[in-house]
Amino acid sequence: MKKSEQRDLFPGALEMMILRTLKRQPLHGYALVQHIKRTSNDLLQIEEGSLYPALQRLLKEELVKAEWGISSTNRRVRIYKLTAAGSKHLEHEVSRFEKMLEGITRVLAPGEL
Amino acid sequence: MTWLKQLFSHRRLYSDLSDEMQQHLDEKIEELVVTGMSRKEATAAARRAFGNLTLIEHDSRDVWRWPSVESLFADLRYALRTLRKSPGFTATAIVTLALGIGANTAIFMLLDAIRLRSLPVQDPQELAEVRITDSGHQGMGLNQQYGELTRPLWQEIRDHQQSFSGVFAWSVNLRYVGRGSEMRHFHELRVSGDFFRILGVRPFRGRLLMPEDEAACPMTSAVVSYAYWQSELGGRELSPAIKLVVDNEIVEIVGVTPPDFFGMVVGEGFDIAVPFCEPKDGLRRDTFEVSVMGRLKPGATIQRASAEEDALSPGVFEATIPPGRDMRWTEIYKHFRLAAYPASTGVSALRDYDHSLFLILGIAGLVLLIACTNLANLMLARASVRQREMAVRLALGASHARLIRQLLTESLLLAATGAAMGIALAQSLSRLLVWSFSTEGAEANLQMVTDWRVLLFAAGAAAFTCVVFGIAPALRATRAEPISAMKAGGRGTTGGRERFSMQRLLVVTQVSVSLVLLVGALLFVRSFRNLMTFDPGMRESGITDAFLGFWQSNLPKERWADFQRELLEEVRSVPGVLNAATTTNTPLLGGSWQHGVHIGSQEGNSKFTWVSPDYFETMGIPVITGRGFRQNDTTSSPRVALVNETFVRRYLNGANPIGQTLRTSPEPDYPATVYEIVGVIPDTKYNDLRGETPPMTFAPASQFPGQGPWTEVMIHSNLAPAAVAAAAKRVIAEKHPDVVTQFADFQREIRDGLVEERMMATLSGFFGLLAVLLAVVGLYGVISYIVAMRRNEIGIRMALGASRSDVIGIIVRQTLVLLALGVGVGVLLALVAVRSASSLLFGLQPNDPLTFAGASALLVTIALIASFLPARRASRVDPMVALRYE
Repeated sequence: MKKSEQRDLFPGALEMMILRTLKRQPLHGYALVQHIKRTSNDLLQIEEGSLYPALQRLLKEELVKAEWGISSTNRRVRIYKLTAAGSKHLEHEVSRFEKMLEGITRVLAPGEL
Repeated sequence: MTWLKQLFSHRRLYSDLSDEMQQHLDEKIEELVVTGMSRKEATAAARRAFGNLTLIEHDSRDVWRWPSVESLFADLRYALRTLRKSPGFTATAIVTLALGIGANTAIFMLLDAIRLRSLPVQDPQELAEVRITDSGHQGMGLNQQYGELTRPLWQEIRDHQQSFSGVFAWSVNLRYVGRGSEMRHFHELRVSGDFFRILGVRPFRGRLLMPEDEAACPMTSAVVSYAYWQSELGGRELSPAIKLVVDNEIVEIVGVTPPDFFGMVVGEGFDIAVPFCEPKDGLRRDTFEVSVMGRLKPGATIQRASAEEDALSPGVFEATIPPGRDMRWTEIYKHFRLAAYPASTGVSALRDYDHSLFLILGIAGLVLLIACTNLANLMLARASVRQREMAVRLALGASHARLIRQLLTESLLLAATGAAMGIALAQSLSRLLVWSFSTEGAEANLQMVTDWRVLLFAAGAAAFTCVVFGIAPALRATRAEPISAMKAGGRGTTGGRERFSMQRLLVVTQVSVSLVLLVGALLFVRSFRNLMTFDPGMRESGITDAFLGFWQSNLPKERWADFQRELLEEVRSVPGVLNAATTTNTPLLGGSWQHGVHIGSQEGNSKFTWVSPDYFETMGIPVITGRGFRQNDTTSSPRVALVNETFVRRYLNGANPIGQTLRTSPEPDYPATVYEIVGVIPDTKYNDLRGETPPMTFAPASQFPGQGPWTEVMIHSNLAPAAVAAAAKRVIAEKHPDVVTQFADFQREIRDGLVEERMMATLSGFFGLLAVLLAVVGLYGVISYIVAMRRNEIGIRMALGASRSDVIGIIVRQTLVLLALGVGVGVLLALVAVRSASSLLFGLQPNDPLTFAGASALLVTIALIASFLPARRASRVDPMVALRYE
């Protein structure tokens, strides 16, 4: 049996953030994780390694594609790009997430208990 | 990416992944070093931030895995490991399965070879045979084995048929090769010119027979089978100098057939193939000697061909009416119809054994079932031991389905190994089977091939066994409630009723099935014994039968009768010969000779045999009324006959038979003749031991109208048959070197005819005993297991004052209940099952009470002895030791 992954995020959150980041520009793994950390002002506790299983899932579902290339720091790295399907999936997920967030926010809103 | 590409690109994927993660770490370390950390600190910090490298790599790879296949391999590995840990169990299981599946596969191979496999010729499925419907011609003239039509009929069909792209005819005979006392039998295949071309058989050496070879007699060329070429011609290259004397004609061997071609008769093969030839005095219209086959035109069906043959029938039969028959017979003949039948598998006399073989297959299947039940019991016992393991895994979240799959993998592994070994074993077992129904004169010549049907059968058997012995224990093992299983740890005081119920059920099944097999075995063995000791109403032992042929002596036809008498006198003068007589038909060996008869206003059939005066004395048949034949019953004296009691009962309505007359219906060479009945003999068996005695008529050999250049002599002697044969052979070879002689032990020949019964008795006996043995082992195992599980309880009982005999009583009573149930069910099953065997039994009813009682008693006795051992062990339990385990 597969063990459920220990995550601080809800399932699918990391994938969503990866897709969003890649929508802006293609990046390699290390740059990707640095970008997410930076943008979130280090509010999110992400184990850097946990990025990789998530990337593999996205690759398998063909939401991103990967190519070996050379980074700005002159390293041989694997650069991930969003595919058309990935872009569509992102939109869908984001709108679902917003609905969910709205629901949660309403329940948590003070004064209506 | 398709799944296939994924499967093959895994390795590449995985190495990319490792590279990538290493790059990630390196980049991080360098960044940290730039901020002023030492390389060592930076490495540690980078790793901390990254997390568990191995686990992450593992999880990433998992994304790509094909779960079902890869976990199947894991299951197999696990199963192998578990089985290796209990080698005793594994060996027992595999050997049991190999024997069981092997025996079943061997019998199936035989059935496959005899019935299912197509002839090794081009497109066999296109072949069809043309025959008279309902075998209506039987008894209408001479019938040769596999002979369905006469040569004139064949020519009519050949010249008029439209549905076949080509037709051919063939016949098989036992003929002689060589001259005089050098002569030897060979299997002759006689073929029409197109035979090999239409079958698409290519020569192995030289050329095969062609239409040009079919001409006026004598024939001049022949081809030999590969086997005959190897054994008799030493595999020499063919040349015009290689000639054989076949059927008294010198022929040149022009070719060799390929090794796999055995002719049209499955199980017999052939030695020499010769072309049809046209005799000077024309073809006989009353000898049904050939089989006619054809290759259907592309797109033609058997039904269409059949309809066409049916439409041809009136013309074909009208043109070929046998001469010398009366109106009634001629009318019957003219109304025969032809039809086409599938012939892709050729023909075979061995197909008469079908019923027996299917029965044996059924028996072997039941033995396999019992063997599987034993394995199921062993598996159940293992399952109880592993209950704790299963409980732990269930508690950790494994699903039931997953555990069942894993346990079934174990069974599957055992079954597959067993089947593989079984197939190997079946190779030699099937040869043993073929040998078991070969007789000295006629070896079954079967090619045993492990084809797809055999493999499929073995796989089916393996799957069946796997389900039988695997499913129940697997369900049982995973049904356990984790909590109770872990708490109790398999050590309750007494297992609940339900706990042993599966084992009990299995044992009852085993006992009942083995009883069925034991009843069957006893029936067949007793039936065979009845046949062996049966008195056919004539002498069997001390009789040698001789065939003397003098067609090479070139005697004129008028001298044949005299020469036969001379030969008989020479045989009678051999020292040790008590008596000897000629006959036109050897009894009990299958031959039949019949004529239509008219007695007063009654009409019917009677068997006819022409014998010399001492026949009845030689064969130990008394003449009960009137007289036997005498030397003064000659060609010129009035025609006289002896009849048997059945004849008297059927045709003479209680009148005094002596002096009554009978008239035969005319046939070619046998004109209507009036015989006066001069004596009556008791009923004897005619051509086999089983059949009802038919009306029989005997007439003096001197008055036989159908003389041929041969005679059959029955010799009574008090010497061993082999010694008599040798002496007589010597005497005749000295005086008449050109006479063909052949001797056989009459009793042995009769027993060779019982080969099917012998096979049934041996095999069913063997399987019956095996079944009982397996069932008793199973019972012993279960009782031992129950005793082991009830150890504590027995200890308590003994501590409370139960005596040893009390304890034995408890266990034996438990066995008795199981036995009674098993025997009860078994008797009911057997009563149904034996019905399928009734046609194979002789001299006893299928529901013979003695057999049923005997089988039950035998089974119960053995089973009680087997259960007494664990019972005694139980009674030796030391209460202190037993209770200390609590």
